[in-house]
Amino acid sequence: MADQATFTAQAMEYMPSLYSAALRMTRNPADAEDLVQETYLRAYRGFGSFEQGTNLKAWLYRILTNTFINRYRAAKRRPDESDLEEVEDFYLYRRLGGLEGARASRSAEDELLDVLTEDEVREAVESLPENFRLAVLLADVEGFAYKEIAEILDIPIGTVMSRLHRGRRALQKRLYEFAAGRGLVDPPGEEPVGAPTGRSDDDDQERPGSA
Amino acid sequence: MPDRHNPTDCGEALRQLYVFLDGELTSDRRTAIRTHLDRCACCLEAFDFEAELRVVVSTCCRRDEVPEQLRIRVVQALRTLAERPVDS
Repeated sequence: MADQATFTAQAMEYMPSLYSAALRMTRNPADAEDLVQETYLRAYRGFGSFEQGTNLKAWLYRILTNTFINRYRAAKRRPDESDLEEVEDFYLYRRLGGLEGARASRSAEDELLDVLTEDEVREAVESLPENFRLAVLLADVEGFAYKEIAEILDIPIGTVMSRLHRGRRALQKRLYEFAAGRGLVDPPGEEPVGAPTGRSDDDDQERPGSA
Repeated sequence: MPDRHNPTDCGEALRQLYVFLDGELTSDRRTAIRTHLDRCACCLEAFDFEAELRVVVSTCCRRDEVPEQLRIRVVQALRTLAERPVDS
């Protein structure tokens, strides 16, 4: 039995991650603020049923997710899983893993941020159909375990795993499309090429003393 | 550069890549994958890529700053609730 008086002290520290998750869920700052506020109010009222010593963050996410699903899912029909394109495994790696310099001292993280902006990464996540977006957010952004995600979303662990699998593949395809859209990598559909062809420098080389 | 390794090891390692990164493998399986990654540069590169992609996604999705007015709104709403407990 948890004491409501301690709620604010314990729960406020999770607001930044709850707010970020709410933004990815609602894709709209005003809705995200309302969602976070409602989550805190519901959590406060229900805090008596929270078992001290168990995972408060997971408990708050369960309320956030349920509030989101009840309040926003009915309001706006989003594309569902039937719209999720089938993509092969390691879609992005197969196309970006061989980029020039990837094996040099630069990290894959730097390589990725060369071809993608932070806004594009957020947009790609937000573009996933809701079921897949929630699973990917909870696992890849918040780092919840399969079992915790299963409890938060109230689905079996096998369903968590399959949503993650499909959601991650679709996310990779969308990330690649952003990079391709800016002409930084080959357009989707084309097979990844091998090593970039070296340009001949001879033509435009300065030739000192040749004037 | 393919190392001298059993190709089924690679297939199995790649199949378990996400479960490995999710920290959901048993410790035996985890050790087997680590051993494989120590020997196989190809798989290691794929694992690194996926791990770093996840860092990028996670970092980008956590950069939003909480509006100060939201913090104030929530604290005030909670205070109001505390002063006038609702029946539920």
